Amino acid sequence: MPKMHARKSRLGALPWIFPALFMIFAFVLWPAFEMIRTSFQEVSTSGITQGWAGIQNYQTLFANPDLPNVLIRTFIWVAGIVFFTIVISLPVAQLLNAKYPGRKLVRWAVIIPWAASVVMSSTIWKWILDPYYGVLNKILMDLHLLKEPVDFLANVKQSFAWLMIVAVFVSIPFTSFVILAGLSTIPDDIMEASRVDGATSWKGYRNITFPLIKPALLVAMAINLINIFNAFPIIWVITAGGPGYETDTTTTLGYKISFRDQDIGQSASMASINLVIILIFIGIFLKVSKSQEDK
Amino acid sequence: MSTIVMPKRQKRFTGKKVSLTISAWILGFLFFAPYLQMLLTALKPKEEITAIPPTYFPKHWAFNNFVGVWKEIPLATFIKSSFIISLSATLIVIFIAVPAAYYVARNNFRGRKVFLFLVLVTQMFAPTALVIGIFREIAKLHLVNTYLALILIYAAFNMAFSIWILSSFFSSIPQEVEEAAWIDGCSRLSTLVRIVLPLSLPGLATAFIFTFIAAWNEFVIALTLTSSPEHEPLTVGLTALIGFYQVQWQYLFAGSLIAIAPVVVLFALIEKWLVGGLTAGSVK
Repeated sequence: MPKMHARKSRLGALPWIFPALFMIFAFVLWPAFEMIRTSFQEVSTSGITQGWAGIQNYQTLFANPDLPNVLIRTFIWVAGIVFFTIVISLPVAQLLNAKYPGRKLVRWAVIIPWAASVVMSSTIWKWILDPYYGVLNKILMDLHLLKEPVDFLANVKQSFAWLMIVAVFVSIPFTSFVILAGLSTIPDDIMEASRVDGATSWKGYRNITFPLIKPALLVAMAINLINIFNAFPIIWVITAGGPGYETDTTTTLGYKISFRDQDIGQSASMASINLVIILIFIGIFLKVSKSQEDK
Repeated sequence: MSTIVMPKRQKRFTGKKVSLTISAWILGFLFFAPYLQMLLTALKPKEEITAIPPTYFPKHWAFNNFVGVWKEIPLATFIKSSFIISLSATLIVIFIAVPAAYYVARNNFRGRKVFLFLVLVTQMFAPTALVIGIFREIAKLHLVNTYLALILIYAAFNMAFSIWILSSFFSSIPQEVEEAAWIDGCSRLSTLVRIVLPLSLPGLATAFIFTFIAAWNEFVIALTLTSSPEHEPLTVGLTALIGFYQVQWQYLFAGSLIAIAPVVVLFALIEKWLVGGLTAGSVK
């Protein structure tokens, strides 16, 4: 009898969740399947499938002499941005949580980069960094930190560092608001109790606050990991991955191969590898949330 | 004794508070500054944009850039496209997410876990990661360069947030409220529409605004799937101004601000509930 009941209720669920399931299968899982299938096909530059290609696309991709560097750079990109975003967001969240006049305005200001389109945020940074007309040179010269204007994007290492700074800038708002949500769940009397016990603020933070916001922090980290890995507009607008492939990550490289070099099969193989990396991230994410559930 | 201690404590308190306030204001300014620079550039006349050395403030405030931009590029068309696409995607998401979130919040059916896992996967798969697959599919469906393609893709990828936020709002409503309505002869659907939804208005507003903004700001899929100015949304239409020999920065930023300002206001309105929807999936 209970089994029957369960089966009945599963069918009963369908009218309610079918539209959602349809969207997931039709526009998320199908494209994923289509992409992996394309990675094993030969596709002409005009997008017409010529037949199966076996692992030819993957071989061409791995033969690309730029690929190892792009992979290393992608690792630095993801690890570096996530690390600095978290480290900076922790004190930022403290500031957003503290009580002072104008807190609402400060919160709104920090929200802007999160609400604004990343393309437009990247565009203004490109303009700020402009060697001739950009305001950053002007500020640094007025502060006597620079004698003459410099081209911030002149060499590859420096321009990649700036891309990472912009990515950290647009990632901090979301991250600090997630940590802030964690902070606001801590009851005031816990904080009060630690102060009465004579804990210094740093000690109190490390021993009491930090363990309590750790779950929020881990979730923020996992979401950032995936977002940063997929970040496209920042690189696309500021350097377009150039010169050559020297500021590309695997995400922008995949895009370039398909929509600039018109090699859709090879690009699909790059994107399929990206998909596997994302699946690994999701695995980590689920494990993190599971360990949170167990607590 | 307390009269001696009190002033001292108060003084320390204010000193700390002043430094706290100042650092918080500096922080706020740092995040606001790039957009202030956007505004100051948008208000400069063309000659001042390329002045060396650059100036912080316009010498002549060119407020008419905000008028000129509508003639310089088909801004009204871009806004219209962005609006149609974002609003349609949002309505689809609400119509699909409400019943799904309600059922998930109220029933423990077989396959519930699988369903929630699938929803989480859609949240994790950014459209950027699947752009080639999406392009191939949309080409097969003969939907390249249509609003419909963007509407369907945006709806599918942004559904997860709404399902999380709505189901957490629905579960917070006591079941007894609904049971009373059933006794009065209401069906489940009419209970949902007449009792549950009005009680979940903040959740609905958050789902609505978040989806709208996500669609409004999307870039990669729009860049890939649209190829004519009549169908391009704002994000793509505006960047077409870059990469020409001459970049009309003042118009580019005037247009960008017109796109950003309403969105920031909407975002600030739902700030309180945003985080819940973004992280709920991992906690459930």
